[in-house]
Amino acid sequence: MSPQPPKPPERSTRRDLERYAGLFSARTRVMTSSATRDLMAMSDRPEVISFAGGLPDTSSFPSEKFAAMTARIAEESCARALQYGPTEGLPETKRCIADVMAAEEMSVDLDDVIVTTGGQQVLDLVTKTLIDPGDTIVAEGPSYPGALNAFQAYQANVVQIDMDADGMRVDMLEETLDRLEGEGVRPKFVYTVPSFQNPGGVTMSLPRRRRLVEVARERELLVLEDNPYGLLRYEGDPAPTLYSLDGGVYVMYLGTFSKIFSPGLRLGWVVAPPPVLTRINLGKQQADLCTSTLSQLLVQAYFERHDWRSYVDTLTGIYRSRRDTMLAALAEHFPPQAEWTRPGGGLFIWATLPEFIDTGDLLARALRDDVAFVPGEGAFLDGRGRNSMRLNFSGASEDRIREGIRRIGEVVKEQVDLYGTLTGQAPAQPPRHDAVADAAAEGDAESARVVELPRRSDGSRRARRS
Amino acid sequence: MSRVAVLAGGSSLERQVSLRSGARVEDALERLGHEVVAIDAGTDLVRRLRDERPDVAFVAMHGRDGEDGTVQELLEILGIPYTGSGVPACVRAMDKVLTKHLLMEAGVPTPSFFAFNQTAFRALGAADALPAIEERLEFPIVVKPSSQGSALGIKFARTAADVPSALVAAFSYDAKVLLERHVRGRDLAVSVLHGDGGPVALPVVEAVPVGGGEYDFQARYEIGRTEFVCPADLPDGATERAQELALRTYERLGCYGFARIDLMLDESGDLFVLEANPIPGLTETSLLPQAAEEAGVDFDELVGRILDSAFARATTQ
Repeated sequence: MSPQPPKPPERSTRRDLERYAGLFSARTRVMTSSATRDLMAMSDRPEVISFAGGLPDTSSFPSEKFAAMTARIAEESCARALQYGPTEGLPETKRCIADVMAAEEMSVDLDDVIVTTGGQQVLDLVTKTLIDPGDTIVAEGPSYPGALNAFQAYQANVVQIDMDADGMRVDMLEETLDRLEGEGVRPKFVYTVPSFQNPGGVTMSLPRRRRLVEVARERELLVLEDNPYGLLRYEGDPAPTLYSLDGGVYVMYLGTFSKIFSPGLRLGWVVAPPPVLTRINLGKQQADLCTSTLSQLLVQAYFERHDWRSYVDTLTGIYRSRRDTMLAALAEHFPPQAEWTRPGGGLFIWATLPEFIDTGDLLARALRDDVAFVPGEGAFLDGRGRNSMRLNFSGASEDRIREGIRRIGEVVKEQVDLYGTLTGQAPAQPPRHDAVADAAAEGDAESARVVELPRRSDGSRRARRS
Repeated sequence: MSRVAVLAGGSSLERQVSLRSGARVEDALERLGHEVVAIDAGTDLVRRLRDERPDVAFVAMHGRDGEDGTVQELLEILGIPYTGSGVPACVRAMDKVLTKHLLMEAGVPTPSFFAFNQTAFRALGAADALPAIEERLEFPIVVKPSSQGSALGIKFARTAADVPSALVAAFSYDAKVLLERHVRGRDLAVSVLHGDGGPVALPVVEAVPVGGGEYDFQARYEIGRTEFVCPADLPDGATERAQELALRTYERLGCYGFARIDLMLDESGDLFVLEANPIPGLTETSLLPQAAEEAGVDFDELVGRILDSAFARATTQ
C-alpha cells in the first residue's frame, strides 16, 4: 500500500497571494481575466447553441478506425510509442506532413520541418525565437486571438493591418512598413492566415499573395504563414500558398493536423529557413523536449492505412452544408444593417453590426436566449471590433445553426429597433464598400453582399470605453 | 457541526465568480469541521435540497437568482436556514433604482439619476426627454442596467452622441436602466459584517487603477489592472463617514449577515453611495475577505461568522 498522500495545502490567504504577485513576471500582466471571459464560459452550458468555438466535428471520425490504429500501435510499436522522440519529430510523421503539404502544391525538404505540439506551439516558438520585448509584429486586423495572446506574452508590439474581401491590404502593409521605417522600427515578422482567415473568413487574393512575397524579399522581412484551413475549401480554385510562391526563403509556414484529422492529438508543424529552424528547435527543447510520440505514431498509422484525403472530403462536405445553412440563415434573420463575410472555406464567418451595437453586451443578451458567439473585440488590440462577431459554423448541426442564427437575429433586430427609437430615426443603411465577398459566385445576389471589416478610420475607431 | 449546502454557480452572468466563491467557502467550511454538500444551482435545486436535507444553506451565488431573492424565497419555502440577506433586502439591493430611491428617502447621498424601462422608450417617447436629462445630469453620464451586479453593461457617455448606444448596451442586461451623474473621484468599498452587537463596518477598501490613466469600470474586474488598498488612506474623517453611510445603507435596505456597499469619494470630500451588494464576491481577490482580514478576521472565521448569523436568525424567527 502506498502511504497516505499529504493533505493538500490550505487555500491561499490574501497575504500569500500578494507574496506570489511579487514573483509574477511582467509578461503575465497582460494575461488578464475579464468579465467578458467569464461571460464566454457561459456558452458551455449544454442548452446553449454555441457558435463560439472553433471546433472541428470529430464525431464524424469512425471510431472503429481509431480503435484499429491504436491497437496496431500497441502491437507493433508499444515501447516506441511510450518513449521520448527526437525534438524535431519522427521521420514517419514528417513524411505525412510532406504528403499534406503536397496536397496544396508545396514541396518541402523534411530537414526544414519541426513537428510541434499543435499549431499553437509554432506561434509560441516563433515568437520566442524572434521577439524581444517591444519588438514589432505586423498582423491582420482582425487577427486570430490565440496568436495575439502568444505575441503579447512575449511583450511584442502588434500593428494590425486592415483587411477586405481580398485579405490583408498589402498596400496598407507597405505604407505601414514605410511609416515604421521612418520611426526607426523594423518589424520582426508579418503574421497572416491567408486562406479562410480566422476570424475574418476571407482569403488573400493571388495578386496580393504575390505582392506580399515580393515585399518580404524587398525588405528582407520574415512572414509567418498560418494555414490550418487551406484544405477545407468549399468552392473555387485553390490559391498557391505564400510558402510555395516564396520557396521558403522569407516565408515560414505553420501547418496542423487539427482541422484535417484531430485537434486532440495536438500535432502541428513549422517549416522555416534553416538558421531560424535551429533556434526554434532549441526553443522547443526547452519547452517540451519533443512532441508526443504516441500522437505522431497515430498520425502515421492513420496515413498509412487510411485515405486521409477522403476524410477531408467528408469533412468538407459537412462543413460546406453547414456554411451554406448559416449564410442562408444570416440572410433570412439578420437585419439589413448587418454584414458578413462569405468564406470559401475554413470554419468562420465574421459578421459586423451597426456601430452602436457592442457585441460583448449583445452576447449577454443572446445568452439569455441560449445562443453564443465570440465578440469581435478580442481579435484586435486597439479597441476595434466591438461591433463585430465571429461565428463558427463547423461545430453545430444545421438545425441548430438555423435556430441559433434566428435567435441572434432577433436580439440584433431588437437592438437596432431600440436604437432607432432612441435616436428618433431608423438607422441609415451602411454605405456599400467596393470589396466583394471572397470567392463570390458571379451573378449570385447573395454573394453581392459586401464585406465590412472594421477600419482604422476616424469613423470606426472607438475609444476603449467602460 | 452542521451539514451545510453551499449553493454556487447558477445561470447568472456571474456564474464563474460564484463558482470560485463557492469553492473557497466549501474549503473553509470543511476546515471548520462541517459536512459540506456542494450544489451547482440548476433545475434540480429544489429536489437536491429536499434530498440532501442540509441544516443550513450557504448562498454563494451572485447576480440573478442567487442575489435577487429568488433562491432565498425557495429556501424560505423549504424551511432551510440560509446565510445572508433575506428576500426583501435582496429584492431592494439587486434593483439599483429602488436602492437609490430608498437611500434618498433616508437622506443617504447617492448620485442623482433618472431611470427608465424599455417601455418608456418604445411606447412613451422617452427619447424626447433625453436632452433634458443630459442637461440635468451633465456629461459624462454613467449608464447602467438596474440589476446587473458586476461591471457588465456599465458605460460612460461622454457626449449626447454616446447616450443611445450606451442605453442599447445597458438594455442588453436588464429591462430597466439608469442614467446617473458621474462622480469623479475615488472608488471605495465598505463591507459590513454581522457581529454580536449588530452589524459592523469593516475597513475601507479603495480600488486604484494600475498605472493611473482614465478610470475604467472594466479594470476593476480584470486581474492586474486594479490594485486594492486596504485600509484606504483617506482624508480625515472620510473613513468614518464612509463606514457610517455603509451601515445606514445596510440597515435601510434591511441587509443581514454581510454585504458590501460601493461608494465614491469626490474631489471636494463628499461621499456618495452607488450600490449595495447583498452577496459580494468571496474569492481570493474579492474585497470583503480583504477587508475582513484587515480587521483581523481571517477567511475561515469570516465564513464561520456568516454561518453563525444564519443560525442566529433562524432561532429568532
